[in-house]
Amino acid sequence: MDFDVLLQVLDSTVRLATPLLLACLAGLYSERAGIFDIGLEGKMLAAAFLSAAVAYVSGNVWLGLLAGIGASLALAALHGLASITFRGDQLISGVAINFLASGLTGLIAQDWFRQGGRTPSLPNEARFTGLDLPFVQTLEPVPVIGPIYAELISGHSILVYLAFLAVPATWWILYRTRFGLRLRAVGENPAAVDTAGISVVGLRFAAVAICGVLCGVAGAYMATALQAGFVREMTAGRGYIALAALIFAKWRPWYALWACLLFGLLQAVALRYQNINLGGVVIPVQVMDALPYVLTVVILAGFVGKAIPPRAGGEPYVKER
Amino acid sequence: MEKMPAWADVILIPLISLVLAAFISALVILFIGQSPAEALKLMVTGALGSTYGWGYTLYYATNFIFTGLAVTVAFHARLFNIGGEGQAMLGGLGVAIACLYVPWPHWSIALVAASISGAVFGAAWAAIPAWLQAKRGSHIVITTIMFNFIASAVLNYVLVNVMRPKGSMDPATERFSQTIHLPTLHEILLPFGIPFSKAPPANISFIVAILACLAVWALIWRTRLGYEIRAYGHTETGAVYAGISPVKITVITMLISGGLAGLMGINNVMGEAERLVLNATEGAGFIGIAVALMGRGHPAGVFLAAILFGFLYQGGTELALWTSIPRELIVVIQALVILFTGALDNMVRTPLQQIFMALRRKES
Repeated sequence: MDFDVLLQVLDSTVRLATPLLLACLAGLYSERAGIFDIGLEGKMLAAAFLSAAVAYVSGNVWLGLLAGIGASLALAALHGLASITFRGDQLISGVAINFLASGLTGLIAQDWFRQGGRTPSLPNEARFTGLDLPFVQTLEPVPVIGPIYAELISGHSILVYLAFLAVPATWWILYRTRFGLRLRAVGENPAAVDTAGISVVGLRFAAVAICGVLCGVAGAYMATALQAGFVREMTAGRGYIALAALIFAKWRPWYALWACLLFGLLQAVALRYQNINLGGVVIPVQVMDALPYVLTVVILAGFVGKAIPPRAGGEPYVKER
Repeated sequence: MEKMPAWADVILIPLISLVLAAFISALVILFIGQSPAEALKLMVTGALGSTYGWGYTLYYATNFIFTGLAVTVAFHARLFNIGGEGQAMLGGLGVAIACLYVPWPHWSIALVAASISGAVFGAAWAAIPAWLQAKRGSHIVITTIMFNFIASAVLNYVLVNVMRPKGSMDPATERFSQTIHLPTLHEILLPFGIPFSKAPPANISFIVAILACLAVWALIWRTRLGYEIRAYGHTETGAVYAGISPVKITVITMLISGGLAGLMGINNVMGEAERLVLNATEGAGFIGIAVALMGRGHPAGVFLAAILFGFLYQGGTELALWTSIPRELIVVIQALVILFTGALDNMVRTPLQQIFMALRRKES
């Protein structure tokens, strides 16, 4: 494999890892606060549709992004209502949200645009396009560093940089702020947080809302930056891969980055090569497709370090009477 | 003292949830500029107004009975098996292997063999998540989700690279032999002089599904194993104290659950397509969750809920055919049913309990 091909694969790794990373961090906030969320997929899908629809109609991609975040937040609110207010089963609520998003996006897309459940293609003005970082031209002739800078680091849409900046930001919020300490505490021992006079319900709703915003950005990125428009079921299981990355990362932000880059790399390789020939042994493309899920099961099985979820995860908090 | 009578829990709560789901679906239909009353009328005539409609309704219902029972059995041990979809996919593979590679002399023998093969494949696919849950504490919801995706990759590989006939572009197996064609409801009812439409794929698997309902009922409420499953689901510590092994119960329950999901293959693969195609399950494994939640843990409830979803499926197909309401409406209704009967259960239950408490206070 020569250098150019390697750069192209890595470049598409970054693009494909971005929605995973945003959704993974979204899940991290929610699950660290003790609210399991298997509805990441549905929230992304809803955001992808509404962002593409609004960007197409208004011609303004920023309005699209806002609309996408709004759609995702609405579903996050539903999840909060079911799992925090009514103390329902968080997993069942997530399943319901995924189906709700899948059904509603297809239904409304067909009703609004009549193109078989997709939005019309977005023109470039209504998309997030690549940004050229400073000094790209100047550095271009420099061997190795020049192409790396131009291909790999520069030329992505603003949401990509935002996603990568969200990693240190999340680390800082979780481990260096009072809010982060409380958020982690509410996922481990909500009774203790309650005793300290801090609202468990408020903290959990805040976490679910942050999760909604990040899923909204992830969905908007898919429809307005990665691709030009919404297609039915376009998230194609990415919400679940993000969930897998979250477990792989053991609910920690920096590890989440590496896990998402790894799964993004797998997707990039599967996209570029149908079957990979490793000295006579042919790895079929389906193996690449299944690898993130297999890796997650292996990690969950605790054969490679144990993944221990936040202790109060999945448990509705009931105040003692 | 019970907060409310048992009939309210079994009948009233699912009914109220259903009414809420129907109400919101009606709003959705209004939102896209169609008439909910017209849509309902069309769904009823399309799904229940003819033996043609009934044939499709019962065909879909057969799938949902199997997957609904699968989720129900697991629920009794307080295990949430989201992997019905993957287990049904593998079950279909098992059925296809049994049907393709052995020259069965008669469909009845083939049906027995295919049932066993499908159930074994489905159970095997559930066995790994079950073992990981029991022995290593890996969350079964996550592992079964992952196994759904792995199943779809496995099936894709097998159909594209192994079982596809030479020269065929279509990722599907060969057609099964005509000697093992399962009798359809039309063929079963003809000797009794009952006319039933020839076209729909409803077949003898429907009767197998009813038998499965009876078997699950007997298992859960009439056997020692069923008692252990319920005891374990009710309180794990109590069950352990009573000498019930959590590992054993988890694994056995999931094997039964996966086996039931795998059995679905005799209906959609052997009964309908008569060959294995990609995405043969069409999400039936997920509908099993909604069916199980509506069915309130009882096979009779699962049966009724499966018929209801069969009706929704066939009615929704008719809607998509004759109006501009797309098929996705079914998915929305399915989501709403899961939401109201599962996640928002307390929203319906708490006010209802208060009403019953108030009524009782008035009486006394």
